[in-house]
Amino acid sequence: MLDNTQIERLEADAVNSARTRQPLYAARNKIFPKRASGSFRRFKWSVMAITLGIYYLTPWLRWDRGPFAADQAVLVDLANRRFYFFFIEIWPQEFYYVAGLLVMAGIGLFLITSTVGRAWCGYTCPQTVWVDLFLVVERAIEGDRNARIKLDAGPWTARKLVVRTSKHAIWLVIGAASGGAWIFYFADAPTLVGELFTGTAAPIAYITVAVLTATTYTFGGLMREQVCTYMCPWPRIQAAMLDESSLTVTYNDWRGEPRTRHTKKVQAAGQSVGDCVDCNACVAVCPMGIDIRDGQQLECITCALCIDACDGVMDKLGKERGLISYATLSDYNANMMLATAGGACSVNPSLVRTADGLFSDRVAHFHVRKIFRPRTYVYMAMWSLIGLGLLFSLLTRDRLEINVLHDRNPQFVTLSDGSIRNGYTVKLLNMIPEPRTIVVSIGGLPGAEMSIVGVDLPADRSFAIQVEPDRLKMLKVFVRQPADQVRGAAQSFKFRVENKATFESDEYTATFNAPESAR
Amino acid sequence: MGSEHIDEVSGISTTGHEWDGIKELNNPLPRWWVITFYITIAWAIGYTVVYPAWPMLTSATRGVLGYSSRKDVKNELAAAEVAKGKYVAAIQAKTVSEITADDTLRDFAVAAGGAAFKVNCVQCHGSGAQGSKGFPNLNDDDWLWGGNAEQIQQTIAHGIRFASDPDTRLSEMPAFGDIITTDQIKQVGAYVASLSDPVQDTSLIELGANVFAENCAACHGENAKGNRELGAPDLTDAIWLYGSGETAIAAQVRAPKLGVMPAWIGRLGEIKVKELAVYVHSLGGGE
Repeated sequence: MLDNTQIERLEADAVNSARTRQPLYAARNKIFPKRASGSFRRFKWSVMAITLGIYYLTPWLRWDRGPFAADQAVLVDLANRRFYFFFIEIWPQEFYYVAGLLVMAGIGLFLITSTVGRAWCGYTCPQTVWVDLFLVVERAIEGDRNARIKLDAGPWTARKLVVRTSKHAIWLVIGAASGGAWIFYFADAPTLVGELFTGTAAPIAYITVAVLTATTYTFGGLMREQVCTYMCPWPRIQAAMLDESSLTVTYNDWRGEPRTRHTKKVQAAGQSVGDCVDCNACVAVCPMGIDIRDGQQLECITCALCIDACDGVMDKLGKERGLISYATLSDYNANMMLATAGGACSVNPSLVRTADGLFSDRVAHFHVRKIFRPRTYVYMAMWSLIGLGLLFSLLTRDRLEINVLHDRNPQFVTLSDGSIRNGYTVKLLNMIPEPRTIVVSIGGLPGAEMSIVGVDLPADRSFAIQVEPDRLKMLKVFVRQPADQVRGAAQSFKFRVENKATFESDEYTATFNAPESAR
Repeated sequence: MGSEHIDEVSGISTTGHEWDGIKELNNPLPRWWVITFYITIAWAIGYTVVYPAWPMLTSATRGVLGYSSRKDVKNELAAAEVAKGKYVAAIQAKTVSEITADDTLRDFAVAAGGAAFKVNCVQCHGSGAQGSKGFPNLNDDDWLWGGNAEQIQQTIAHGIRFASDPDTRLSEMPAFGDIITTDQIKQVGAYVASLSDPVQDTSLIELGANVFAENCAACHGENAKGNRELGAPDLTDAIWLYGSGETAIAAQVRAPKLGVMPAWIGRLGEIKVKELAVYVHSLGGGE
């Protein structure tokens, strides 16, 4: 018989034991961002006003293009496959301008991110702007952070019901207004707004408004920071965009640590004390609900509201602003080396200050020069080159074009007098919103004449053709060359289209086929 | 998932998967994500109930909506028929010349006729209507029985030498091998060839001209320009249905090959025949 202590104890754990068991899902930790005030908050208000203003007002701007085209300044006319942007009109085959703009937007984002971090996320991303807007409503109705926490924790009273219902109702109205503004980019806004409210608009308009209302309400009101943390790929990509010279929102623990709420007591004990009084103001205002003092992290959208919050506290304490500030990693590292005496000890803020309490002149500060470095030069060069290329191509692009498709079957037809005839489908593109009379002619191919199906005129080398405004005209053209002037089985010649009044022209090199036996 | 899989930094258990020393945390999923996931499962199951999905022994479940892609096609075809309706009615009401003169109707008829051509005519006339030996090229300007829209319509509707259609175009060139001598055939061959191209033995031309005047001019005309009433081809042009040159012409004089084209009116109906006529007329040779 063995004693129970003699039985070998195995290292084993049930897979579902209480110690290791985790829930399948995690509930959202509720965040109640406190209202911040300061220069970054003011900047964010103005960015919000400008971006929302552009979004809501753009479809209502008018731009006179004459009687044959829409007079809406910005219009994506899907039905007629035309895109209007002020003085620019784009046909579907010119979509590369849009692709070019998207490439510029991408490179611009790289440039901005490598200089000032996730400024897109923090200030201009629609998710950020709308969450900000929804928070304005929430604060106006439910009160600031503490009132909201209390309301949320409290029981369901009649007041809570009224407050919550009105908040969600206003959110839904904002959502509907956001979705409603979107559809005006795709149709004449004044007409559509009338149709929309009289129930006569196209079903797709109502479906679009409904879908965008739902997404705006859900993303801006209910999901908020979860969209950035879980759904958006940009937080993952940004790591590759930032380098040691990029400005990011940084907690300067080289002057903040060791943090304490009892400065005087600790100082009296003869210990060093940092500037951080551990008031948690930076955490309270954070719309992502994180603590910037934990360092740069995926969740941080660099909205800089923690800077505002902390600066306010520093002002009250009579300390220098910038405990939380925009700083580069290299400056931060240099200052950390200074504060830790080269890594020899833990942070000692007295090392960054002189005897009279001011910052030592060895403390590194950001200098604008840092923005200009090879990486940003490359981004700026790429961005400008693509922009200039697009602009050049836009200013020199054809508004009158000709495309020719040679009949492949049969390639040629021998006529009764021995002459050879080839068929072509000729497409004339009148890319301006005015009707025009243009001249289509053939160049080269001696003795050849053309005739156009549906045009009751004798064969000739040139024809005047009426083209409708902003339309493509397709012609079936037969070109006929007398037998004795045929030179070889494949002759090259030109189809030319010309508008003499505007000196516009375009030409297309086509081939004229004849039997191998032709002279 | 024992205690050995706990990440030291975060205190969260890991999945035990490791790549180059990097371990995957076994974080719980956000609640909204899980709910969305369950909704998609419910949606998928609902979908298979509502739409045809589950394979059975001989067919599949039909779904409570009774949807079928075949029915969709049928509806779309019916809608297309309705959409075409006004053009088809106009084609029925107008003559082919009127259709040819009307831009919109012509475009419609050319498209519809082109489709019908691909099904019914390409077997003989070729996919580009370019024809081949014995089968006329419909792109050129040489017409045996006339090349205006009405004449083309008549040819398509009733055919050529198509015995079972009383209105068919009818003509028959005799086999001159039984009527004139071999020498005379050679002479007339040289004469006819000389009308469009130089021949080697010019001494035969005059003899051949006499033979032609006695035997051929009745149908092909004194100047050999042919006669469309009889479907007799123009022998002075550059287009030869059964080949050019003295030998090919002599062979055709001796024992003519005579093509037959079926009458299409019974099979395709008046509207399709009109569309085909407009299409053929549009190929470039229409008069």
